Amino acid sequence: MTYAIEARNVEKRYGALQALAGVSLEVAEGEFFGLLGPNGAGKTTLINVIAGIARASAGSVRVMGADVVADYRRARRMLGVVPQELVFDPFFSVRETLRFQSGYFGLRRNDAWIDEVMHALDLMAKADANMRTLSGGMKRRVLVAQALVHRPPVIVLDEPTAGVDVGLRQGLWRFIRRLNRDGHTIVLTTHYLEEAEELCDRIAMLKAGRIVALDSTRCLLETFSGLMLRLRLDGGALPEGLEADIVSSEDGRFVLRLRDYSALEQVLHRVREAGAAIRELELEPPDLEEVFLRVMEKH
Amino acid sequence: MGGFPTLLYKELLRFWKVGFQTVAAPVLTALLYLVVFAYALGDRVRPFEQTSYAQFLVPGLVMMSVLQNAFANSSSSLIQSKISGNLVFMLLPPISYVEFFGAYVLASMVRGLAVGGGVLAATVWFVDLRLAAPGWVFLFALLGSAVLGALGLVAGIWADKFDQIAAFQNFVILPLTFLSGVFYSIHSLPAAWQAASHLNPFFYMIDGFRYGFFGASDFPPLASLAVVAVSFALLGAGALALLRSGYKLRQ
Repeated sequence: MTYAIEARNVEKRYGALQALAGVSLEVAEGEFFGLLGPNGAGKTTLINVIAGIARASAGSVRVMGADVVADYRRARRMLGVVPQELVFDPFFSVRETLRFQSGYFGLRRNDAWIDEVMHALDLMAKADANMRTLSGGMKRRVLVAQALVHRPPVIVLDEPTAGVDVGLRQGLWRFIRRLNRDGHTIVLTTHYLEEAEELCDRIAMLKAGRIVALDSTRCLLETFSGLMLRLRLDGGALPEGLEADIVSSEDGRFVLRLRDYSALEQVLHRVREAGAAIRELELEPPDLEEVFLRVMEKH
Repeated sequence: MGGFPTLLYKELLRFWKVGFQTVAAPVLTALLYLVVFAYALGDRVRPFEQTSYAQFLVPGLVMMSVLQNAFANSSSSLIQSKISGNLVFMLLPPISYVEFFGAYVLASMVRGLAVGGGVLAATVWFVDLRLAAPGWVFLFALLGSAVLGALGLVAGIWADKFDQIAAFQNFVILPLTFLSGVFYSIHSLPAAWQAASHLNPFFYMIDGFRYGFFGASDFPPLASLAVVAVSFALLGAGALALLRSGYKLRQ
């Protein structure tokens, strides 16, 4: 089977620093894949190795079956990367920037598609504006457009919404989702975990250059998070037998972690048995932030 | 054909868009040298018989402009892209290291030749010049600009900040061009300095270029051409090796 991205034991050392310590993962074609981790975990290094900007010290990476070193021309044609830094060439306009990027991939008559991408990203009004004059959000859109000019089947976005306002962020996600629906594989890194939770089919979590969790978003939420139950009872005390589930308690308000909804019935049963009356009750669904924190704590 | 034509076009457009600074300004600088040196020293120096100092000086100034601007183009373009981070747009596409080398060096040659042509076009109004052997003029201009374009590429790859490029320009390129016989014939120097001048590769570029105008030079033009060609071969191989290894460009 050909994977969109296939990394095998990828290591990357910068002198004494081990940025990647044997990362292996597969991203299937058409998947929306999240790469999460704290700053310095190795997310950008891994993206750089996939994109051929950094060379792995050991291991190998393939993009749509093409080795990023041995068959770099094919691998790079298959890949569009939106870099994390807001970089641009101050000499050129938006349209020139996109034409150059297209030409670098050997596509020199590509204006129809460039116009389509600019249109989709709401860049038409700024097509002939110099890159220097654009706002941060507009520059970010140009970066996305640059990654798409050669119609790559695999698109990697390295923190595309860092420092972007809500309107643009939502617009960007609508567009990326559309690309994913059209069959593009999307790999995303972000520090906004609610975004990852909403968008990604599967998630890998990195810490200190290693993958510490890799599963479908649903499984991760079920395994690590569960439901959070906030409860306040008449009389203040919690019935016996529920202590094990307590996450925190303050002024008679308890937060309990429940495995799933069926566990709620057991809690309510205990409360009824103890004859206590419920004053407040709030149930929070699983949350990727909680999963993330627990995974990072565990490793 | 991959990304080469577009990268070359981008590099050409980059300097052309700021042509006032990259072409017009160096032409003016060369003209100032001509005015100051030719008119201040003109009566006292006569390197070749039947050649005025101004006539002697113009080809030197033309070639000096060609060389300095060829170096400035590739070195400044690359360091700007490295520091601003937009180099990534050239690293992500499937551009081979040979294409990268070709685009940067050719664009540098075009800028060097544009400035050199500008200096020549501006000076022919004041100074009576004849081309004794135009083929040599073109050959040395092409090869000389290629050497400096490749050197600028090496400097751009090596440098991490603008300071280092400026230092390279001021402490290496400028002294080597000034001491290469642009303003004088090395025969007017003491023997020791004449010998030292022969170690300066820029001397052969200037001297060979000048031969194309006067049919006379300090050193046999064919031998000069060989020195310049070998310089290009060595620097080109060095630049290609650096690009291939990804030194300071790919982590």
